Amino acid sequence: MEAERAEKTRMMTEDYSLFYGDFKALNNINIKIPTNKITAFIGPSGCGKSTLLRSFNRMNDLIPGVTTAGTIFLDGRNVAREDVVELRKKVGMVFQRPNPFPKSIFDNVAYGPRLHGTKNRSDLAVIVEKSLKRAALWEEVKDDLHKSGMSLSGGQQQRLCIARAIAIEPEVILMDEPASALDPVATLKIEELMNVLKRNYTIAIVTHNMQQAGRVSDYTAFMLTDEKRAGNLIELGPTKQIFTTPSDSRTEDYISGRFG
Amino acid sequence: MTSGTRRTGIEKAMKTVLLISALASVLIVLLIFIFTMKEATPAFREIGVWKMLSDTTWRPGNDQFGILAMIAGSGLVTLGAVLIGVPLALGTAVFLSEIAPCWIAGIVRPSIELLAGIPSVVYGLFGMVVLVPLVRTIPAPGNAGYGLLAASIVLAVMILPTIANISEFAIRSVPKGYKEGSLALGATKWETISRVIIPAAKPGIISAVVLGLGRALGETIAMIMVIGNSVILPTAITDNPLSIFLSRARTLTGNIAVEISYATGIHESALFATGVVLFILIMLVNGSARFLMKMGVKS
Amino acid sequence: MKKRNAAQNTAFGVFWLTGAVAVLIMGFVVGYIMVKGLPGITADFFTTSPRGGLSGDGGIYSTIVTTFYMIVVTLVFATPLGVGAAIYLTEYSSNIDNKAICKLVSIARFGIETLAGVPSIIFGLFGYALFVSALNMGFSILSASLAGACLIIPVIIRTTEEALKSVPQGYREGSLALGANRWETTWKVVLPAALRGISTGILLSAGRIVSETAIFFVTLGGSYRVPHSLMSGGRTMALHVYYLAMETRAFDKAMSTAAVLVALIIIMNLTINTITSRISTKQG
Repeated sequence: MEAERAEKTRMMTEDYSLFYGDFKALNNINIKIPTNKITAFIGPSGCGKSTLLRSFNRMNDLIPGVTTAGTIFLDGRNVAREDVVELRKKVGMVFQRPNPFPKSIFDNVAYGPRLHGTKNRSDLAVIVEKSLKRAALWEEVKDDLHKSGMSLSGGQQQRLCIARAIAIEPEVILMDEPASALDPVATLKIEELMNVLKRNYTIAIVTHNMQQAGRVSDYTAFMLTDEKRAGNLIELGPTKQIFTTPSDSRTEDYISGRFG
Repeated sequence: MTSGTRRTGIEKAMKTVLLISALASVLIVLLIFIFTMKEATPAFREIGVWKMLSDTTWRPGNDQFGILAMIAGSGLVTLGAVLIGVPLALGTAVFLSEIAPCWIAGIVRPSIELLAGIPSVVYGLFGMVVLVPLVRTIPAPGNAGYGLLAASIVLAVMILPTIANISEFAIRSVPKGYKEGSLALGATKWETISRVIIPAAKPGIISAVVLGLGRALGETIAMIMVIGNSVILPTAITDNPLSIFLSRARTLTGNIAVEISYATGIHESALFATGVVLFILIMLVNGSARFLMKMGVKS
Repeated sequence: MKKRNAAQNTAFGVFWLTGAVAVLIMGFVVGYIMVKGLPGITADFFTTSPRGGLSGDGGIYSTIVTTFYMIVVTLVFATPLGVGAAIYLTEYSSNIDNKAICKLVSIARFGIETLAGVPSIIFGLFGYALFVSALNMGFSILSASLAGACLIIPVIIRTTEEALKSVPQGYREGSLALGANRWETTWKVVLPAALRGISTGILLSAGRIVSETAIFFVTLGGSYRVPHSLMSGGRTMALHVYYLAMETRAFDKAMSTAAVLVALIIIMNLTINTITSRISTKQG
């Protein structure tokens, strides 16, 4: 426990609630995402884990009628007050379905750096190569950088999206069920990749797959809806502890498969 | 049992009747092609296809039937309409699909719908009464107001709804993931629109423009009313090359409509030949729009 | 970052402007026609016929009658064909294993798409050659309606197809499971459920006939007398606007007639929108 407290916190929510119109989707969430660790969010469908994840880079801003209460911090700064473009530069995201742009592999990865001011072709080439290497995709595509990103397999597309996200040097990478649309071999590759990436980045991942949460994450947060269907954080702890000796009986029920 | 056979009989009969109605359109297209072609054949044979297409003199009294001036008139007025109408239509499409708040879109969209519904003769009248006097105020010798500029403006407004609607649909069909992916990388809304959404919607947008082109080439009544209808190859009337748009002109459609009621013999046949040229031109344009649309779906 | 935000603000400013311009154009065209046209409209305007002559005296009674005839006769020709084609394409063409018929269906689709792209003056030319001249029907409501039907058949097919497709599959399955055949299912279950959608298509087509000028310019003759039979020539309201503006040069009368036309189109648009929104609330 002492060692934990010494860890730095990258992101944190404080009494955070989110509403779709009148409907409360997230209820009073207090959570800390430690630096350079992988934090997994688990829980049954509709428990609000994806909504919470999308709150960290304010993707919910896109949905009309969404209001929030409470605060989310990145490095101690309120994300609601940050420029949303700057925030998303620091907090990258990988989506459930791989969504490369209909552009070349090179242009997909260079998209972010170009936006944020890197214009020089040779600088971009360096960034693209580095990002693709970190995303463990370089060896497979280095001769076909001009080919469309859409021509890759599903697993490769997802690693391309990861490369695209890390090309702008974010501090945090949010992953919304990044492997749920992939086959087991591709999934394994993504998981290995996450383990490497956490040296440089803070990672938060939403997953349906509890084995995956157990395999890759350092911390696990369990979420559940209350009687009003609002999502609540039940408990957060080191993954080993959550999976072996959870402190809340509802977590235990879920882990042992008594919940949907 | 007898009722059963009767029911099956009706089913079979209806199936045939319905199939025939589905094929009626094919029959109509064929009839149109055969009849205009048949009526045009004497002109093509006696005057010659190439002679008609390359000659600028149309003097029915003199048995001279060149339609190049009309081809140029149709082409130039369409070009003018595209130059004016396309930026406006595409801007509106992007505005409606990505920028406008719901209630604003609720004003803009019905306005465009209404623009699409206004009869072309009303646009023609509006052009005669409002635009032609306005164009006439441009100081240039021989500028009568009637001509390509007034016609292009009228036509631009007429093709705006077509292009705006189809482009908006194309932009809306871009997968949501592209937009989210771009925003999540810290792109602004405008960067997302200009670098990801519009490029992805490009095939649809291009075919929208091409379909608008087809509509423009086919417009008749509004053109007769404002373009002046003189059979001359449009030329610049001052030193400024843009003044070509102050020139009067005649469109292929106008040529047919203005003269068909009194034409006889080879003159009538030459008007049908004009129709064949127009028909082929528009089939080519619409066909390429369809082709582009299919290419877009594939990629 | 400031530069990027400035770029966005400029771009969005331009888009707001184009949206505003589109609305302003509509407002200006419709407003101008109404302001100039409405003062000339009295009760007499609707009840007297044009008297001809150089000043365009008289009202628009006969042109209203002709427009009405044109709508009715054209729809009588086009609706059964259009609805029939749409029924075949949505209800029958999905499960055909006969290769020849499959080919026919794709030919039919190609024909409909082509027909939808044909410019109206070509329909006029065709109607002139076939109905007016070859079949000796002369400049008449009959000739003009047959040519006009070609214009609206694709419209009716498209809207009817959409209406039929929006009928839940369960309706069909329910009826077929009770032993009804395809036609009985279509006639008794699918068509009644799609009636509203089909009626918007028919209304849309009526609007096209009201607006159309080029086809009737070369097939309807242009007489301003009240038509007494299908073989009479005539002048629709839209055609009347053309003659007033181009031949009589009576712009006041032309404006008043145009104002009536535009008002009619607005009413039709509103009716269509009301019907469509009722469909979506009913099904949503």
